Amino acid sequence: MHKGFMAVERAHPKVSYRSRGNQSGRRVLKGVEKTPTGIRGVDEVTGGGLPKGRSSLVCGSAGCGKTLFALEFLVRGATEFNEPGVFIAFEENEKELAQNVASLGFDLPDLVARKKIVLDHVRVERSEIEETGQYDLEGLFIRLGYAIDAIGAKRVVVDTLEALFAGLPNEGILRAELRRLFVWLKGKGVTSIITGERGEGTLTRHGLEEYVADCVILLDHRVINQISTRRLRVVKYRGSLHGTNEYPFLIAKDGISVEAITSMGLDHPAPTQRVSTGVPRLDGMMGGRGYYRGSSILVSGTAGTGKTSVAAAFAEAACRRGERTLYFAFEESREQIIRNTASIGLDLETWAKKGLLHFHAARPNLYGLEMHLLTMHEQVRELKPRNVVIDPVTNLISVGDELEVQAMLSRLIDFFKTRLITALFTSLTAGGDDVEKSEVGVSSLMDTWLLLRNLEHSGERNRVLYLLKSRGMAHSNQVREFRLSRHGIELVDVYVGSGSLLTGAARMAQETRDSAEAALKSRHVALLRREAEQKQRSTEAQIAVLRTALEAELEELNKSIEQETLNFQATARARQAIARERMADKNSGRAKASKGSGRGNTK
Amino acid sequence: MKSTPRAPRKATAKARRQTKVWDLRLYVAGQTPKSMAAFANLKRICDGHMAGKYHIEIVDLLKDPALARGDQILAIPTLVRRLPQPIRKIIGDLSNTERVLVGLDVRPG
Repeated sequence: MHKGFMAVERAHPKVSYRSRGNQSGRRVLKGVEKTPTGIRGVDEVTGGGLPKGRSSLVCGSAGCGKTLFALEFLVRGATEFNEPGVFIAFEENEKELAQNVASLGFDLPDLVARKKIVLDHVRVERSEIEETGQYDLEGLFIRLGYAIDAIGAKRVVVDTLEALFAGLPNEGILRAELRRLFVWLKGKGVTSIITGERGEGTLTRHGLEEYVADCVILLDHRVINQISTRRLRVVKYRGSLHGTNEYPFLIAKDGISVEAITSMGLDHPAPTQRVSTGVPRLDGMMGGRGYYRGSSILVSGTAGTGKTSVAAAFAEAACRRGERTLYFAFEESREQIIRNTASIGLDLETWAKKGLLHFHAARPNLYGLEMHLLTMHEQVRELKPRNVVIDPVTNLISVGDELEVQAMLSRLIDFFKTRLITALFTSLTAGGDDVEKSEVGVSSLMDTWLLLRNLEHSGERNRVLYLLKSRGMAHSNQVREFRLSRHGIELVDVYVGSGSLLTGAARMAQETRDSAEAALKSRHVALLRREAEQKQRSTEAQIAVLRTALEAELEELNKSIEQETLNFQATARARQAIARERMADKNSGRAKASKGSGRGNTK
Repeated sequence: MKSTPRAPRKATAKARRQTKVWDLRLYVAGQTPKSMAAFANLKRICDGHMAGKYHIEIVDLLKDPALARGDQILAIPTLVRRLPQPIRKIIGDLSNTERVLVGLDVRPG
């Protein structure tokens, strides 16, 4: 697994800064040529490795990992760069060395048998040595030269040269010989590491830095608040750019790892794909589609505001999409989380059994920050999850101070982002503090920030949720009431009528009041409407009565008119008859009579 | 590295398993003045203090570099007292006779 990883790491750090030395053959001006150490992260800090064909000094106090650093340099050289190496040990014998690094997976006896590495233990016992007159250290040179030639070594480690100062009485001769040794090593063309014990006020107890001055790496092992952190610093590097910071490092199960540096940098991709939050209405607050894939989400809030629930909902939704999810729990055990989230209707157990959801639960103060970081890196590398939950990040503060945690988190975020892992961090805000101040000062690193709050009103506490920020998407500015029930997480609109914000029972009471009022009003309207209808109906009835009366009257009148007409005709006929009888004026009478009869006929 | 000008001297007497025999081995690296001086001094001291009871082997590490490892040779010249036990080492050109005698655990006389 380790080899595969090394390949990945080596392919990837090209993005970080590097010296322009040995990388490009095109350049006419050549800087210091470098020999890659193969130690995770060291090549990035040194910009490519140790100066080729020269000596580097690795110094530090007892137990800082000097010997291991040097030995890994050789083992990596032998196994990965085909550069055999010689290890001259003044302190430990071959067997002890092999045993010490066996736990890191380095099989020294095998490498020795394959003539990739020569281990030579130089024992200097003061009590056995009598000094008379002039001498030199040609014996050491011959041994070293013989070992180098025997396997064609390209790398040499001398660990720890300072044992000579204890073993040989004449410091004058020794210093002269050491100077000669370094010149000689350069002449041999081997890249070497000399280790030295840290002295008071000097890098090494016996001032080795005087002789080895091309590259000096200082290792340090500090215990702060009972938790130890190892650090590495490149003190000097002639003719090359190098990282000047102190880089925390780890002695992990497969060697030294200056892990942090490998994932630094701001050049990660920005996918536009979105992933659900696991809460439909929360998705809705983010344009209906949820978080961006590969983004970092911070869920902050005081105790009991439902951070873990939001995290679990996210994890559950991810598993439902069939994506592997890794849950780092620093507060609760796996079983506890499963049980507790089951009470809000999230079935994490099924996913855990199916192998989609993985838990990694550890107490923060189990080990140092760097170890946590490494464990996370390793888990992520092993499981290749697409989503990660860290619940809560704030607990890590008990291990390191705020600055360290912030630095670690920014590295972690970079690490996740380069791998397109959507990461959700929960953060506990201490009660009474400004809630918009995230405890670890990481809010600026986050893409999306959900703020959970408790609102206390009329004797009860209610959870509300704000979407404080969400980079690169339109998102709701509304506060939502956040409710946990057996069916999961629900977001409910808060009551925002008549200038106040109400949640929970107060919201419900207000809503009941509102609906009662509304009912009253609608009843009143109905009443008015009925009244209007009645009025219309009664008026129409009156109209009908009048119309009937009118018709009756008209009929009467018509009847009278007919009667009158008949009477009139009868009278006319009678008059004609009388006129015919009289015959008084024939012509005029006839004319008048015909006229009159004509009228009478028409009728 | 220095080249070997000529074959090193080698005492050829066989080691005798006697209680009071000094089995000595002088490590040198070529014919350097220090080596020559060491050998001359050693010869003188041995003849003076343990005549007939010593045996000197000279190892030229330029010829046999692999041998440096066996006796843990670092400094040149180094005189190793292999017998009597325990092993003692005397480094330097052996110019200080007193120190050599102390180192070899030889009582003067």
